[in-house]
Amino acid sequence: MSADAAAWEALRLSLWVACWATLLAVPFALAVAWVLARRDFWGKGLLSAVVHLPLVLPPVVTGYMLLIAFGRTAPLGRALESIGITLAFHWSGAVLAAIIMGFPLMVRAMRLAIEAVDPKLEEAAATLGASDLSIFGRVTLPLIAPGILAGAVMGFAKAMGEFGATITFVANIPGQTQTLPSAIWAALQIPGGESQALGMVVMASVAALGAVLISEALARRVAARIAGT
Amino acid sequence: MTLEVHIDHRFDGFALDLSFAAGAGITALFGRSGAGKTTVINAVAGLLKPQGGRIVLGGETLFDSASRRFVPPAARRLGYVFQDARLFPHLSVSENLTFGARYAPAGAKGAGFDDVVALLGLEALLSRAPGTLSGGEKQRVALGRALLSKPKMLLMDEPLASLDGPRKQEILPYLERLRDGPLGLPILYVSHAVDEIARLANTLVLLKDGKVQQAGPLYDVMANPAAVPLLGVREAGAVLEAEVLAHDPDGLSRLKISAGVLALPGVQAPVGAKVRLRVLAQDVMLSLRPPEGLSALNVLRVTIEGIHPGDGPGAAIALRAGGDTILARITARAVTELGLVPGMSCYAILKATSVAPGNIGR
Repeated sequence: MSADAAAWEALRLSLWVACWATLLAVPFALAVAWVLARRDFWGKGLLSAVVHLPLVLPPVVTGYMLLIAFGRTAPLGRALESIGITLAFHWSGAVLAAIIMGFPLMVRAMRLAIEAVDPKLEEAAATLGASDLSIFGRVTLPLIAPGILAGAVMGFAKAMGEFGATITFVANIPGQTQTLPSAIWAALQIPGGESQALGMVVMASVAALGAVLISEALARRVAARIAGT
Repeated sequence: MTLEVHIDHRFDGFALDLSFAAGAGITALFGRSGAGKTTVINAVAGLLKPQGGRIVLGGETLFDSASRRFVPPAARRLGYVFQDARLFPHLSVSENLTFGARYAPAGAKGAGFDDVVALLGLEALLSRAPGTLSGGEKQRVALGRALLSKPKMLLMDEPLASLDGPRKQEILPYLERLRDGPLGLPILYVSHAVDEIARLANTLVLLKDGKVQQAGPLYDVMANPAAVPLLGVREAGAVLEAEVLAHDPDGLSRLKISAGVLALPGVQAPVGAKVRLRVLAQDVMLSLRPPEGLSALNVLRVTIEGIHPGDGPGAAIALRAGGDTILARITARAVTELGLVPGMSCYAILKATSVAPGNIGR
């Protein structure tokens, strides 16, 4: 494989992994964000801590934990493999690593959006006869939609850039698990590989900058929407 | 449709322990801040679960602590108009209005969209966003939204408190139309403004420190000297029903009350119409002899029904005037010097203000 083709292949795989990670994580992140924003229960602090743990844990530790839990010899990994799902050293494992690492960012953006919605509006909807599900669908969700998107964009960007947990959990196999950051790292290990790395660095930077800009714009729309103008 | 409320609820060193019933028309729940008004209305709506008690609407038990019954707010079918409107900011006025319509059971009685829009004068607002409305417009939309959910009863928590004078005047006629209109929807109306209550209510419940102090037809409670400290000495005073007899060329109107005829300025209602008159207790003076050479026009011959000394230097005097009772607030010293005792005849010199068209609904 030529150097250029390898770079494009790494970008393609990164986008693929990031898309899957975002799609799969959004519903869970929304549920956790809603629970943290709107419910009081025993162990809420613990749930919040666990969700945010990947932010503070060294990524290599998170990756190693995933390997222990989902490796081919681990009970969970074997159980999944028996139903045809392989995670370790496979692109789907990169998706899992990206989900875990991006989750705190998504939950945070969505939680802030939900907390910005006045619960009094939800009470008003209830007095008009709406069930909890209807209230969520017709009041809460439309008001936080930009916040959900902002969270998804942040999660996507994190997935694009994830390196430590991914390389620990699924290694660095070109065409299979070599995402853009892994490819940059691999290029930098080869003497004279800097020029090849530079192209990929530009790709990664553009993707990250775009994601942050989109996220900021969506967050502004949440504020405008809740103000009702 | 009668609402029966018994609530026993304690929180943060505050105890609410009360019972009252609300029937047809507007039942006003009056009290100062912290009297427990909003707690009561939220318990009726189901937004708050009292520790004990029972709430029954038209035979249906909405809450009963003994049988652990609690109907959630969405199933109570009570239209709640909040002080702060609470319109959905992402929906247009029209979409706000129709929000609750789909949850009303098929065949539920209530006003249709066009009727409500016409009643509340919302035609020009339908496509607007809530953020662009004035305070008064928001409250009209909130009222329309509650009506269109086809509720069995309306709950209103100080719906005018956040509005300035002119905006209040903009909403009040709509509330009167609602009270006197064909819908016949009972309304539980929380307020700490005596003028609103004097104008709107049929029944008055006075709350203080989480307890009902006085309750009954508006006319009776307003004419009860014991209610004076609860309503405030400057605001207390009887509400009378009067009929407009004539509008004189000098700008005064003659109005008939049970004890005679009064001359008042600024009466807008047509001849023959029934209006409510508010006679503030502090605007009534007493004289033992028929007054002469006095600029006041309105003098009624009255009989003293009772004398209720207040906490300060004042005393509230209940006066029988024809078929009505009016209140006077004079000093305790004047009571002694004039030698006022129950059963005595005297003359009341008063200043009355017309508060609203419509009857008292006794």
